[in-house]
Parts: sequence; C-alpha cells; structure tokens
Amino acid sequence: MNALLLSAILGVMMMFSSVLISQKSAARTIAIAGMLLLLIANIMDMQGIHFFRINTEGMMHFDRFALLFNSIAIFSILLYFILSSKDMEKVGGYYSEYFSLIFFILCGIILVTSFKSLLILFLGIEIISIPLYILTGAEKKNLRSNEASLKYFLLGAFSTGLMLMGIALIYGATATFNTTQLTVSEKPGVLMITGMILLLFSMSFKVSAAPFHFWTPDVYDGAPTVFTAFMATIVKVGVFIGFIRLFDESFGMLKPQWQIWVALITAATLFIGNITAVFQQSVKRMLAYSSIAQAGFMLLAVYAMNSEAKEGLLLYSAAYCLATIGIFSVLIKMTDYTFDAFNGLAKKEPIVAATLAIFLLSLAGIPLTVGFMAKFYMLEAAIATGKHLWLVIFAVLMAAVSVYYYFRVIQAMYFKDGQPNPMQISPSFKWTLVVLAGLIVLLGIFPNLLLNWFYF
Amino acid sequence: MPVNYYIFLSIALFCIGIVGVLTRRNAIIIFMCIELMFNAVNLLLVAFSKMHHKAAIDAGSVATNVGSDGQIFVFFIMVVAAAEVSVGLAIIVMMYRNVHSVDVNFLNRLKH
Repeated sequence: MNALLLSAILGVMMMFSSVLISQKSAARTIAIAGMLLLLIANIMDMQGIHFFRINTEGMMHFDRFALLFNSIAIFSILLYFILSSKDMEKVGGYYSEYFSLIFFILCGIILVTSFKSLLILFLGIEIISIPLYILTGAEKKNLRSNEASLKYFLLGAFSTGLMLMGIALIYGATATFNTTQLTVSEKPGVLMITGMILLLFSMSFKVSAAPFHFWTPDVYDGAPTVFTAFMATIVKVGVFIGFIRLFDESFGMLKPQWQIWVALITAATLFIGNITAVFQQSVKRMLAYSSIAQAGFMLLAVYAMNSEAKEGLLLYSAAYCLATIGIFSVLIKMTDYTFDAFNGLAKKEPIVAATLAIFLLSLAGIPLTVGFMAKFYMLEAAIATGKHLWLVIFAVLMAAVSVYYYFRVIQAMYFKDGQPNPMQISPSFKWTLVVLAGLIVLLGIFPNLLLNWFYF
Repeated sequence: MPVNYYIFLSIALFCIGIVGVLTRRNAIIIFMCIELMFNAVNLLLVAFSKMHHKAAIDAGSVATNVGSDGQIFVFFIMVVAAAEVSVGLAIIVMMYRNVHSVDVNFLNRLKH
C-alpha cells in the first residue's frame, strides 16, 4: 500500500517537475531519490509499518509474496535508473515525463501483483500497457519506433478485449469478481472453462508466451533501447506474478483442466524462443527472443504451481531482471547492435566486458550465478508435480541451446579482434555494473539471502 | 426477455470484432473493431448483472445489490477504453504524419 500510493504521487510530481525544473540532471536526481524512497517505504511495509490505513478488502491483498516481489521490482527500477536514465535524454525532449510514465507503470505492477479482484487485475494490466504504448513510440520521428508502437497498441488492445470477455464469462458463471470465490464447484460449466481459456490466452499474450509471442521481437526491436530494457524485464516479470496469482487463487481447483495447456504453451515458448534466437544477427533482437525463452522458463512456475514454484519465480525474476538490465545498459552504449560490434570489447573496456560476461553466464544458467539457482528452483518445482517429466527434460535441452547464443557475445568480446566504439563510459557506470555483477554472484552462492525475506 | 438473447448478441458482436481485427488492413477500422469487442463485453456484463440480480431476488434474498458490481465494472471499462482511445489515436496520427497512410501493411519494416 505504501509503495502504491507513493508511486502514484511521485508520478504526478514528476509530471509537474517538467514545467518547474528545466535541468535534466535535477529531474534525474528526483526520480532516483523517489525510487529510493519507494524502496524504503515498501520494505517498511514488509516490516508491518503502514503509512496509509485504507481498507482494500476484497480488492487488493498485500501479502508477503506480493510485497517481496514489489521490493525486487522497485530495486531493479532503481538500478535501471542509475545505469540507463542518462541515455533517456537521447530519446526525445520529454525527459521527466518518461520518468513519470515509469512511476505510473510501477503503480500498475503493484496492482497486478496484489490483486484480489479481477477488476484490479484488469486495471493493473491497463495501467501497465497504456504508458508502455507511449514509451514504445517515444521516438516520434523514427519510423521503426512508430511502427512498434502501433503494432503493440493494436495487439495489446486486442488481447485486453479477450481478457475482458474472459472476465465477463467468469462473472456470468460465478456472480463475483473476487478471485478466492471464483471456483466453488469441482465440475465447472462451459462459461467458466471458456472464460478461463480466454484469460489464459490474454495473459500468455502479455508475457509473450508462444503462440502469442509474435509481437515481441518487433516491438522490442523497434522501441527505443532504453525502454526495451524496462519493458523486457520488470514489466514482464510483474505480469508473471499476476499470472501465477490468478491461476493459483482463482483456478487452483481447475488445475487438471489447464495444466496440460500450460505445459504445451511452455514447451512451445521454450522451443520458439531458443531456436529463433540462435539465428539472429542483432544483439537487441537476440535479447528479444531470449526474453521469450526466459518467459518459457518462468512459465514452468505457473505449470507447477506449488510452494517451490513461488520461491523459484521470485528468484527467477530477480535473476532475470538484474542480468538483463545490465546487458541492455551496455547495449545502449554501443553505436551498433550487431554481434560484430562487440568484437574486441574486452581489450578496450575490460571491466565492462567482464561484468557483461557474468550477466550473460547468469542468463544462460551457469553455476555460481543466480541464473543457475533460479533455473534449478524452476526445474525442481516442475519435477515436484510428478507429471510430464518430458517437459523438464525438454527445458534442460533448451537451456543448453541457449548457451550457444549467449556465448556468441562472450566469444566476440574476448576471442575476436576489432575496434569497438562504445560511447562515453563513465567510471560510476562501471562501478554500478560491478556492484550488479557482485550481486548476481552473491545471490548465486546464497540464494537464501533473498528467499528468507519470503518467510521472515 | 431471457438472458440467452443478450449472450448471443454480445458473442456475435464480439466475433464480428475479432474477425474485423484479423481481416481489415486500416488501422482506424481495426481500432473500431477493438472498441466493438469492448462494447460487446459491456453488454454481456450488464446482462449477467441483471441475471444474477433476478436470481438473487427469486431465491428470496433481501440483499438487492447483488449483481451491481458487474455494472460498476462496465464504468471502469468505459474509462479505460477512453484512455486507450486517446493514446491510440495519437499513435495513429503520429504514424500518419510520417508515412501518410494508416494501412497496417506498412508495418513490415521491422521484420528484418
């Protein structure tokens, strides 16, 4: 509750600050300080200190899971601001408005992670989506940005329509929007099943699971790279938390009906994401497909739906956000997004290359990084269901495929000669990257540092 | 009037919307079809709301606000749809300024 209201207030504040303050560095400082404030407020909320006492019963429920995820999300946005907010200046002239849109998106993420009513789920998804359409099209003169924005908008609105139809049908079957009262009977009617499938489709669309992934590479490729970093990480895992909550609380009793559907979607997502990423020529597009592939792994949590799955999803979201934000922040500094542009980066910028290698190893799931522990938890959760062992084997095989395209970047940096020309890299940027890499290794050795927060 | 008629009408409107989105090439018309889908959902929610209300009354319930949440949901959909229209039309105008067309067949530059 603390973070939700403060984030809305800060969003409005940033909007007005563009009128009052003309300096860009001032706007950036306010945004970073605001995010720090949100992080502190959210951690206080976890400790039981509430700034606001508002009765949200039946609409929202701020449990441990949601609050811990919100902390991860706010911390990731803080790191993202520190690393990349300077590069937002190049996108367009509306600098502090971009920050305010990101604060509003954070509101949406908090709504989606802590909803108790389908109304809040719908509002949260829309509060996430509408600012994202704007951020995608932020480069007004760039045709690729325009195209990505229009495509995202049309397909996003279409999937919202499907979601609304699903909600309406479920309402017809149960006469309530409250997620915990939705399934009362073991034998659901046709309205309930159709509504659930429509919700499954629209949620898989939002998290870009196959076969609803087709918008992802185009939109991620066309959007300004700074904002791709944001939408491919924090937004995506935020919607995943909503996904797992919806299917846990509302449709938990119908698990036999939907589990095989989710298993098939997971397998398709892993396959398409990993295989297509192998053939990409641009690192940005490769990261877009890699985000589909990582979504496939996170879908294993929705498929398994047990206590390990929830822990694993928290760890996975931290691992994925930290590593991908780091990679994108380096990618933004490059003038050219092909693999060849990274040739010889290790000689010119050894610290950046080393940290980038750690991020890529974490995404590939190599031991001693948090990516390995995250994948381990996911596979453990999937094995604990005791069914569909082929899915686990397939996921391991696909993780092996993913090593290929992540290592292509490492190979280009360390074993090829070339003249990379990244833009100005400041020492503070380098040290933030080192801290980020240290965090990834630390969590990879002691994942309980994060997971203990879930219980205490 | 039985609720079935409303359900069939709104499912028909929804399907017209989906077919329109999938077959038309003009961004504005696709957008109108999406709005048609939203409004089909609104109609369905109101119909269900009345159905649950009547069922509660027939069952002897004294609580007469059963089903009102469905109608409240409709207001939220209207507000969100309006917000989406304002952003969406701005995006379409931005596209039109650059390529002087709102045909979505233009949207193929990102494929490669």
